[in-house]
Amino acid sequence: MNALFQYISTVFKGIGTLLTGMKVTGKYFFTPWKNVTQQYPENRETLKMFERFRGEVIMPHNKNNEHLCTGCGICELNCPNGSIEIISKMELTEEGKKKRAIDKHIYHIGMCTFCNLCVKACPTGAIVMGQNFEHAEWDRSKLTKVLNQPGSKIAQGVKE
Amino acid sequence: MGFNIYDFSGMTHNMHLWFLELMSPTAATVVEWTIIGVSYLLFIALFGLFLVYAERKVCAAFQQRLGPMRVGPWGIFQTIADFIKLLMKELIMVKSADKFLYNLAPFIVMIATFMAMAVLPFAKGLQTLDFDIGIFYVTAVSSIGVIGILIAGWSSNNKYSLIGAMRSGAQILSYELSVSLSLVTMIIFAGSMQLSVIVESQRDGWFLFKGHIPALIAFVIYLIAGTAETNRGPFDLAEAESELTGGFHTEYSGIKFAFFFLAEYINLFIVAAMATTVFLGGWMPLHFGSIESFNTIMDFIPPIVWFFLKVCGVMFLIMWFKWTFPRLRVDQILTLEWKYLLPINLVNILLMSLVVLTKFHL
Repeated sequence: MNALFQYISTVFKGIGTLLTGMKVTGKYFFTPWKNVTQQYPENRETLKMFERFRGEVIMPHNKNNEHLCTGCGICELNCPNGSIEIISKMELTEEGKKKRAIDKHIYHIGMCTFCNLCVKACPTGAIVMGQNFEHAEWDRSKLTKVLNQPGSKIAQGVKE
Repeated sequence: MGFNIYDFSGMTHNMHLWFLELMSPTAATVVEWTIIGVSYLLFIALFGLFLVYAERKVCAAFQQRLGPMRVGPWGIFQTIADFIKLLMKELIMVKSADKFLYNLAPFIVMIATFMAMAVLPFAKGLQTLDFDIGIFYVTAVSSIGVIGILIAGWSSNNKYSLIGAMRSGAQILSYELSVSLSLVTMIIFAGSMQLSVIVESQRDGWFLFKGHIPALIAFVIYLIAGTAETNRGPFDLAEAESELTGGFHTEYSGIKFAFFFLAEYINLFIVAAMATTVFLGGWMPLHFGSIESFNTIMDFIPPIVWFFLKVCGVMFLIMWFKWTFPRLRVDQILTLEWKYLLPINLVNILLMSLVVLTKFHL
């Protein structure tokens, strides 16, 4: 008798769990406005990527064309596949001291795996991950970018 | 009565008389056969295309995707494009295959599907064959398909195909029993195996409502076993893509593969149509006992629309199963059939007999 009771309860338990699963997928089916797929080229104008999306390494500049990069080269050391090259120069400060500064921050996006290690390693937070993901080019040389803008210099008060 | 306008039996009778006037009786018969054959072919091709599209869209919606969207508005021409691609593909002939059986197998599967379609009542008078053993006929011919699958697996000379075919054979032969027994439950209730009589006796209420508890149990068992018999998920281990690279149709390509593919989808339609005919009143409109105005409005919807609405509802339910439940193992499939569905089915037949004997139904 006990075995029979157990048998019947397994049947109902089984149906119950099946219905739980169907409830989950049913909820997805009947709320089509929550679909996660996006129609990409059509929604290009309104598309907004997520904050955590890693599209490319960029170096933000303020309105005075100043950045936070000291040219220390830690990002170059941390890059696992050598997609960053730092070319630094020596500059004279106002007090007449020699000081290292960035000449060219070269970024080979064709080699980058968007691992975020350079951004994590940067002591001054000079480079961040941008959200542009349309990197297709006709010429491979265009995949090599210089991140600091021409004529830009380091912002005041950045500690090394 | 509202649906006399939608009665097709007069139309077919008049067509028959018209053909007899034009030509000899033999020629008339041949012409009628041709017309019926061509319309079934057209129906299978078009409905198969629609079903593949519907399946992809339904699947996408269950997974919060959009499905095909690019070919035509909302991707409605996607399956047509896919079909053209299938037709143009090369027919690969396996060197060590048993050539005769290898070429024969897709046709056996397709013929079984065709034969089962013949007795389905689409609307009043719109039924090719009206046997007095209709249900028996359907269960008999639909199991011919498994021979095609076994032949396909054997003749391909490929271990994946053979394993897939053997699994499929074990599965279909077991679940055939459940399908038949759940239909037997309803035959006891209806008192007839003739599909037109079964539909006609549901005029004042569908069997699912009239037969209450035993009919409901039979319906659930029929849905589970019917899903298994069409080799669809969660019972699709016969063609389990991830383990068997396609199962019995691994070695098939082009139009021969399309035959298996189409037969599978049309079998889905047949299972849904049988569920509709036996449990959900066939082409009968939905009626609620005494609400006269509601019943009259329902009568205005043509029976063929009712039939396809119900069939689509059942097919949606089966697709819902497929895209929710994970695939069962072989031992789980056989346990489900022999330890659960079969005993429940046998008890259910007793219960239905009691209900019929005591007239404890609506």
